[in-house]
Amino acid sequence: MKIGIPKEIHAGEKRVATTPAIAEQIIKLGFDISVETGAGLGASISDEAYKEAGCTIRKNAKTLWKNADIVLKVRPPEQHPELAVDETELLSKNGHLICFIWPAQNELLMQKLADKQATVLAMDSVPRLSRSQKLDALSSMANISGYRAVIEAAQHFGRFFTGQITAAGKVAPAKVLVIGAGVAGLAAIGVAKSMGAVVRAFDTRPEVKEQIESMDAEFLMLEFKEEGSGQGGYAKTMSKEFIEAEMALFARQAMEVDIIITTALIPGKPAPKLITEGMLESMKAGSVIVDLAAEQGGNCALTEKDKVIQKHGVTIIGYTDLPSRLATQASQLYATNLKHLLTELSPDKNGIIDVNMDDDVIRGTTVIKAGKITWPPPPLAVSAAPKPLTEAPSEQPKQEKKKNSIIPEPIKHLLILLIIGGALFALGSVAPASFMSHFTVFVLACFIGYQVIWNVSASLHTPLMSVTNAISGIIIIGAVVQISTPGFVISLLSGLAVLIASINIAGGFLVTRRMLEMFKR
Amino acid sequence: MISQGLLIMSYVVASILFILSLSGLSHQETARRGNYYGMAGMAIAIIATILSDSVTSYIILIPALLIGGFIGTKAAAKVEMTQMPELVAIMHSLVGLAAVLVGYSNFIDHSISLQGVEKTIHLVEIYIGIFIGSVTFSGSIIAFGKLCGKITGQPVLLPARHWLNLTLLILTIWLGSLFLSSAETGGGILPLIIMTLIALAFGVHMVMAIGGADMPVVVSMLNSYSGWAAAATGFMLGNDLLIVTGALVGSSGAILSYIMCRAMNRHFLSVIAGGFGSTTNGESAIVEGDINPIDIAETVQLLANAKNIMIIPGYGMAVAQAQHTVNEMTKLLKNKDITVRFGIHPVAGRMPGHMNVLLAEAKIPYDIVYEMDEINDDFANVDVSIIVGANDIVNPSALDDPNSPIAGMPVLECWKSSTTIVLKRSMAAGYAGVGNPLFVHENTRMLFGDANESLQAVLKALNN
Repeated sequence: MKIGIPKEIHAGEKRVATTPAIAEQIIKLGFDISVETGAGLGASISDEAYKEAGCTIRKNAKTLWKNADIVLKVRPPEQHPELAVDETELLSKNGHLICFIWPAQNELLMQKLADKQATVLAMDSVPRLSRSQKLDALSSMANISGYRAVIEAAQHFGRFFTGQITAAGKVAPAKVLVIGAGVAGLAAIGVAKSMGAVVRAFDTRPEVKEQIESMDAEFLMLEFKEEGSGQGGYAKTMSKEFIEAEMALFARQAMEVDIIITTALIPGKPAPKLITEGMLESMKAGSVIVDLAAEQGGNCALTEKDKVIQKHGVTIIGYTDLPSRLATQASQLYATNLKHLLTELSPDKNGIIDVNMDDDVIRGTTVIKAGKITWPPPPLAVSAAPKPLTEAPSEQPKQEKKKNSIIPEPIKHLLILLIIGGALFALGSVAPASFMSHFTVFVLACFIGYQVIWNVSASLHTPLMSVTNAISGIIIIGAVVQISTPGFVISLLSGLAVLIASINIAGGFLVTRRMLEMFKR
Repeated sequence: MISQGLLIMSYVVASILFILSLSGLSHQETARRGNYYGMAGMAIAIIATILSDSVTSYIILIPALLIGGFIGTKAAAKVEMTQMPELVAIMHSLVGLAAVLVGYSNFIDHSISLQGVEKTIHLVEIYIGIFIGSVTFSGSIIAFGKLCGKITGQPVLLPARHWLNLTLLILTIWLGSLFLSSAETGGGILPLIIMTLIALAFGVHMVMAIGGADMPVVVSMLNSYSGWAAAATGFMLGNDLLIVTGALVGSSGAILSYIMCRAMNRHFLSVIAGGFGSTTNGESAIVEGDINPIDIAETVQLLANAKNIMIIPGYGMAVAQAQHTVNEMTKLLKNKDITVRFGIHPVAGRMPGHMNVLLAEAKIPYDIVYEMDEINDDFANVDVSIIVGANDIVNPSALDDPNSPIAGMPVLECWKSSTTIVLKRSMAAGYAGVGNPLFVHENTRMLFGDANESLQAVLKALNN
């Protein structure tokens, strides 16, 4: 099937839906790709680069849309500024469209697309399954937003991030507070940390604590019991008491930190207001707030969408196009997500897509199938939160074992010692002196063996075994002593024993020598 | 001929040399010296015994010594390093057999005249010596069969096997009393033979019930038994050298078994009772998720961009004979200034220290080979972990799934490294029959195919 990549028309949008490297891989799946001329310029990709990768270049948007069975885009369709038609009009009948749609906010758009008998897959609706992580464009874009948020903050912040002691004096490290430790929040923590800042983070979901701590940031604890995890691994709205406690925490932090990056979002709701004007006033002059929730109204009371403003000496950044501000990277990751989706759609790799509604991932992503609106998808039974692999409740089974035993551990040890001691004394009271002298030797030898073997390094366990094997061939002495006793059977048995024991001795020592020769530094 | 005093003195010297031999093996630097001490001790003991008064006829002795020595030398020179577990197992069986033979010939020997308690004790010693020897013999034969794949590696569990064992044990004790009473009057050979058969069956049954993944414990346990068999023979003959040496070997094997059990977080008794996984209660979590395959080119890219690589070998490396390829790759990567280290789990392979021997055979310097405890905290700094034919020893469910059959077993926490590449023939559960969530971990990439062929291809691509 033929894939079309139009130039993005949204004002300021620099991303593009595929890159030459990814296009090459998509072509390998059996598709043809045409790209509108200049589509990649925002992401520093020339038409030539696409051509080299095997794509066709189309001179204008109209022919591109007309000749495409599948259109891959970044932004939802909108009014074309030059052609003065809506992009939905350009989509061929029964065509496929894959891009961000935001079906909840764009009912009108959905209706228009349905009228075109189109099949639409929304990259914002990919279900959160471990299998679909590789096509989760929201995560890959959030990652970029988090990265870029720190870069933007650094640009407007008048000091170093890292602490330094220089000839010209001591510089304290910047203190960064990240609110909301989703993908964007964690990315921001990582970047701020690697730039040398002191990073603190807060999230209503307690399970992200270890993720935050794994990035070497400090998790701000709230002494309040309430579970903040909503469905599908996202956060939910918290109770009034919780929010009050949370706000008090932020108010305290605002006085201390230099940079606040807020990423708090609740699906389908306006962003919670977390930073009040009062907190802003209490912040040090020159501080920076980056509000990643600006699109949904902002976490900060004074945020203005798509603008950088200064209030009470604090810079508030409300950009909503952070991924586009890192267009090359964003395009590459988004293109990879699309490629994975196409791979899922064409399991036979023959360049024909099959929108298989029995597949959970495809079902969730598809918002319109052949003119029928299929959004919202039925809820999935599977939890999206992946079980943390790193944290181990290995203590649990041990504790259970302890509970099961009736006798406490020290008494058990004492009992064992008493039993062994008792047995030894009992033996001593009946056994003759000749036996006891041998027995003494035996016990002492066991003890020496115990002391010696514990020191053997694990890498030498095999040589140790083969040497002890050879040494246990000492049993040959027993056979040698008996071999001269008159009687054919005895001689035969002893002779046989000598034979096999000597195999043991020679084999054991020599193979050990062979092995040890290999252990060289 | 040498005097009795000189003979005992030689035995004392031999005992000391054996102790020095074992303590020499504790470090790489002194290990070779330790081996020579052992040889010297053995030579002194044998020569002194041959020259002593008790040996008068050499017609059988000398040829038997020479033939046995020759066979042993040949075997030692020929054996492949990957077959070491088999060799060790078969040698254990020889000690067991020798103990049985010596026991019988000692019983038949009527020149020893003992009375009263001493005679009873002597008979008990013979009885126990033959019992331990027989169990060691048949158990080692089965272990050998399992190790070279002639017998299935799966545990073979008879119904009511614990009761069966108990019955055999009681029968052995009853036969023992029968043996004692009839031996007073000069008989007793029949109960002794029946007991030997029972002991043989007992050894077979015991090792058959133990799964392949528990082999390191079995091999070291049999090592211990062969020592006890020698010690029992020593008691029987009243020979202190045999007692000392047997006790040394016996406790050495026992400690090795204990170390292996601890490395699997399992009780010694539960291993011996057999049936891997039979002790768990509740369903273990089913492994779900997506596998991320990787090809040779991507692997090479990952390796070339890494700074710190950890290689974790398992039994699969021995099977694929991949250790030499691993060494070539290590050398190449080191030349590119990449740190390459090896992480060895105590129970990797089929015998204690199996992996170390294979790596040493391939001439991988031992100072880049680390034990689990040394490197487990360091995985966060590792860019790429390469798993060569290992499964259970890198299974995260041992730590986070209390219902997993291997729950609580310490494992190499390779999933903490940035990327893990798993070399695997195909998707299948490990020897323990346990699913491995590592394979579907988001940082894991699966490189399917024969480990040696895959690594050869990687090596070739790295060279270009």
